[in-house]
Amino acid sequence: MAITASEVAHVASLAKLSFNAEELEKFTGQMDEIINMVQELSEVDTTDVPVTTHVTDAFNVMREDVAVKGTDRELLMQNVPESQDGYIKVPAIIDESEEG
Amino acid sequence: MVDYFKNDLESLHQALVNKDLSSEELVKSTFEKIETIDPKIEAFLALNKDQALAKAQELDQKGIPTDNVLAGIPIGIKDNIVTKGLTTTAASKMLANFKPIYNATVMDKLDQVDMINVGKLNMDEFAMGGSTETSAFKLTKNAWDQTKVPGGSSGGSAAAVASGQILAALGSDTGGSIRQPAAYNGIVGLKPTYGRVSRYGLIAFASSLDQIGPLTRTVKDNALVLNAIAGHDKHDFTSSSKEVPNFAAGLDGNIKGLKIALPKEYLGAGVDQEVKDAILKVAKTFESLGATVEEVSLPHSKYGVPVYYIIASSEASSNLQRFDGIRYGFRASDVKNLEDVYVRSRSEGFGDEVKRRIMLGTFSLSAGTYDAFFKKAAQVRTLICQDFANVFSKYDLIMGPTAPTTAFGLGEDIDDPVTMYMNDILTIPVNLAGLPGMSLPAGFAKGLPVGLQLIGPQFAENMLYKAGYAFEQATDFHKAVPTIGGQN
Repeated sequence: MAITASEVAHVASLAKLSFNAEELEKFTGQMDEIINMVQELSEVDTTDVPVTTHVTDAFNVMREDVAVKGTDRELLMQNVPESQDGYIKVPAIIDESEEG
Repeated sequence: MVDYFKNDLESLHQALVNKDLSSEELVKSTFEKIETIDPKIEAFLALNKDQALAKAQELDQKGIPTDNVLAGIPIGIKDNIVTKGLTTTAASKMLANFKPIYNATVMDKLDQVDMINVGKLNMDEFAMGGSTETSAFKLTKNAWDQTKVPGGSSGGSAAAVASGQILAALGSDTGGSIRQPAAYNGIVGLKPTYGRVSRYGLIAFASSLDQIGPLTRTVKDNALVLNAIAGHDKHDFTSSSKEVPNFAAGLDGNIKGLKIALPKEYLGAGVDQEVKDAILKVAKTFESLGATVEEVSLPHSKYGVPVYYIIASSEASSNLQRFDGIRYGFRASDVKNLEDVYVRSRSEGFGDEVKRRIMLGTFSLSAGTYDAFFKKAAQVRTLICQDFANVFSKYDLIMGPTAPTTAFGLGEDIDDPVTMYMNDILTIPVNLAGLPGMSLPAGFAKGLPVGLQLIGPQFAENMLYKAGYAFEQATDFHKAVPTIGGQN
């Protein structure tokens, strides 16, 4: 299986990443190599083999529904890149150039 | 100045109790050591001087209790473990200015036993890598040869301990990230059973694989540090409520009758001849101590690398969605709209290896590829777990090399992801099955340390320590010290 640059660009858009043309070429080559490596798995017979997604014996751990004090708002805001009046500041959701 | 090459936790503890050394002197002396040695190793990303000195002074006032061997001992922390008020970067531009507002559970636990955090240690960005070269900030060097990589991703933790700057460090291990750098630097590193140590406050990479564990110069020191950090945590529902034994008890050198398995795949193609020779010598040592060593097979272990890269990358692509430039972390400047904040902040904030893993994970989880990639990998993971279960139905533990080679050169493999990934072939299966694994010094090949890996059934850390201790007492490898820039 070979992966194409346009497929890599599509995956990048799903992952909210962008690449310039040069990066896209490099990533496509490397992704292709990695995908070839992982495709070795197709030779393993996994008929009726269940999946393993975790390795603990824990199952649906429950706790009492007790109200506890939340984290202080000022503390939570400490690492916010831009804020104003106690709110997180972000650019307009719609591109400013498209406004009006 | 304190000599970490001539001390272990117990001897330092004795010096503190006898007041031959004050806690403040020990901490000051540690920072002097770091200032002398670290310019050649570059293991530390940040020092915690003020807080460390304040804590030491406080301990000197209240006195070192005789029953707490860890009190007043400096420790270094991998920089993906969050430390309240102390910048925690995961070696990423994304978190260059991130000051956590809470402590990881392991940090609270170290605080409870009065260990002193002296600083944060370099690593591969978000723990993705096997050489510490994907760090956005520094190139850490191997303690034994400064032209070689320290391994990774806990390369800073391993190099700082091996170069005598500290006696103990915490690292994290998702596919070998404690054991492989421990092997490359000739020290002891243990990845505990999945669930033995709380992951709360460990910046998540692959949540079904990640574990925090200690790196030290001796087996006993390792056990003593694990005692402090293990146990159930209400903040991590995957942490086990199994009783935590005293890991340092039962280290008596007696392993008569211990049944050890040596998988033939662990001495197979790709494993360096000198590494093989060293491991076969280890087998002889174990036999001379009264253990038996027999060849076994782990037939699916060769699929560990592809299974791991699909599963770990899939989990990473999900875990790293939180880095969106909004609430914390890097935000790109001059952005025009909200979508741009996400895409540009992520594209400028993450390095190439992190992007590769996010891309592979996103691809593996996409409609159309999910069955052939993620589901297939999760099925083969079951077969890998079954291989181990079969062996552990007849044997107490498994031995083999930690890595196929000794430390490779800086810059050698960084542009070749697949070659880099294959270095993890012997450590990855252990994470996939959630088992405890330890690396300890087992000799040298061309002047570089070789690591012996011991693997046990879930929650059998005691057995690893017991066997490791017996081997350590029977050999002198752990006593060898590197020469760093003409000093040691």
